[in-house]
Amino acid sequence: MDMKVNKKLGLKERYNLMTRDLAWTPTYQAVKDVFPYTEYEGIKIHDWDKFEDPFRMTMDAYWKYQAEKERKLYAIMDAFTQNNGHLGVSDARYINTLKLFLTGVSPLEYMAHRGFAHVGRQLAGAGPRVACLMQSLDEIRHAQTQIHSLSNYNKHYNGFNNWRHQHDRVWYLSVPKSFFDDAISAGPFEYMIAIGFAFEYVLTNLLFVPFISGAAYNGDMGAMAFGFSAQSDESRHMTLGLEIIKFILEQDPDNLPIVQRWIDKWFWRGYRVLTLVAMMMDYMLPKRVMSWKEAWEIYAEENGGALFADLARYGIKVPKGWAQACADKEHLSHQAWNVFYNYGAAAPFHTWAPSEKDMEWLSQKYPDTFDKYYRPLWEHYAAEQKEGKRFYNTTLPMLCQTCQIPMFFTEHGDPSKVAYRESTYHGMKYHTCSDGCKEIFDNEPEKYVQSWLPVHQIYQGNCFTPEANPGAPDFNPLAEVLKWYRMEMGRDNLDFEGSQDQKNFAAWRAQASGN
Amino acid sequence: MAVASVGKYEFAPKDTADKFPAPLLYIGWEDHLMLCAPFCVPLPPVMKFGDMVNGALPGMYGAHPDFAKIDWTKAEWSKSGQPWKPDFEKSLAENGLGHKDVIRFRTPGLTGIKGSFH
Repeated sequence: MDMKVNKKLGLKERYNLMTRDLAWTPTYQAVKDVFPYTEYEGIKIHDWDKFEDPFRMTMDAYWKYQAEKERKLYAIMDAFTQNNGHLGVSDARYINTLKLFLTGVSPLEYMAHRGFAHVGRQLAGAGPRVACLMQSLDEIRHAQTQIHSLSNYNKHYNGFNNWRHQHDRVWYLSVPKSFFDDAISAGPFEYMIAIGFAFEYVLTNLLFVPFISGAAYNGDMGAMAFGFSAQSDESRHMTLGLEIIKFILEQDPDNLPIVQRWIDKWFWRGYRVLTLVAMMMDYMLPKRVMSWKEAWEIYAEENGGALFADLARYGIKVPKGWAQACADKEHLSHQAWNVFYNYGAAAPFHTWAPSEKDMEWLSQKYPDTFDKYYRPLWEHYAAEQKEGKRFYNTTLPMLCQTCQIPMFFTEHGDPSKVAYRESTYHGMKYHTCSDGCKEIFDNEPEKYVQSWLPVHQIYQGNCFTPEANPGAPDFNPLAEVLKWYRMEMGRDNLDFEGSQDQKNFAAWRAQASGN
Repeated sequence: MAVASVGKYEFAPKDTADKFPAPLLYIGWEDHLMLCAPFCVPLPPVMKFGDMVNGALPGMYGAHPDFAKIDWTKAEWSKSGQPWKPDFEKSLAENGLGHKDVIRFRTPGLTGIKGSFH
């Protein structure tokens, strides 16, 4: 008897059967009631089937690939842990970049998981719904693998133990937190432009890659492994971001001005978050990969420039703050690290003034600005520190109402002048750090008047433990805020020089390399 | 422009004056970026402007080597970016300062460590 063998399904057929064919048009309920969030943002979609998923990935294949990646990743992590891989990193200062990553970035991976799960439910087309579902799963996998990888460092070093608690409280963490809260509280289309496009496509190479290549350059196999494991997902995310923006723009000409406003907004919001990456690249990595300026030139000016040239055929223009961001590449990292040097008592990682050798590198990478504006500052700090007067700023700074960063950014074209912008809404003044942040505020003041600004919250008395007594004569506000942050004074904060991390690392490395 | 929303979108502003022990004042020192950002401080409206300059500012800016060299009679003040002349003998409120006002001072001749604007 002849065997009847069914023909194996092609990729396209499998994709159709397992994604779009699983969707249906409801009849008991109105489509509008099932997908209630697809109209209020003003975006018009006429045919959801026009969305093309370039990966045509189905869930069964997804699980298979991801399981394989997890097996490899955990094998590397086990080897790293068992071999005391943490002692192989370039210098203990490097470990502070991981603290910054764990407190500032990993919680965003989790929020991205929630965001894509929400959007994946709300978009009315089966194609983007499935793509968002997969991205949602990717994002929670990234959060988990990062937490697992970095938990190894928590066994040995300070500043890792309260990252989740701190993400919702510590002053500088309100920057990435409010960025994502802004996106997740927007509608599904804005979220897709904010995170799917602006963040994942335009800015991810400036966020994720510097940390992971920094890990590679500084001998950190553990962090490198989770980076590479995530990288293959990132290319899928970037493609989803690009496809979704093209899809929205092709659906109706009325969508263009709305999308352009979101691109302007989210480019600027994302760029402000990257401030933390800029200073990490130039000041926190003992062995640097490239300067922030070089990274900006490659990933933003070249790659981003090509992307916007491509989108020009839809009528999309380069985001509004682009020229300023390009000019600021000369200053951003130096100014940002000075903020952390100032407020080094209030962050759960160590800060330091760059060494003479570090400054030579900075002079070479920033020939037009470093020696003129920044070297005198670092030399002054170093001299003070030598005399036992390490400078810590103890007065709280003014924050931008939109990005929540201390108002240190200087005027476009004048690095000597802090930029101040002011708006009045319902009789109250609101202050922003730039034209970009002011415009975002002015477009949706009802949203940003709710900003939880850490400095204002401290003054309102909302950042102390229940045991604190602000009426007591010996009440020390900074000490009480640190308690509420769950940071231990002198252990988790202050200068790297003389820190427990520095001492332990040196002692353990000596043990590992001789008797 | 208004927020696009599915329903009524009204929330109380977080930082009204009644929530603070005193109105907030933001203070910036031009040409000096070492103290990295303008300061935010709650100050009693009855405080004399001169008492703020002589009593509060040294604790905030004293670490800067230029601070001791300031000649306050020559300082140039601005409020919300516009030239402004405070009366040192009058209170903050009498000088017209209210919740979340921004004032800045420039100290001619002083441009930071080695003229670096820091």
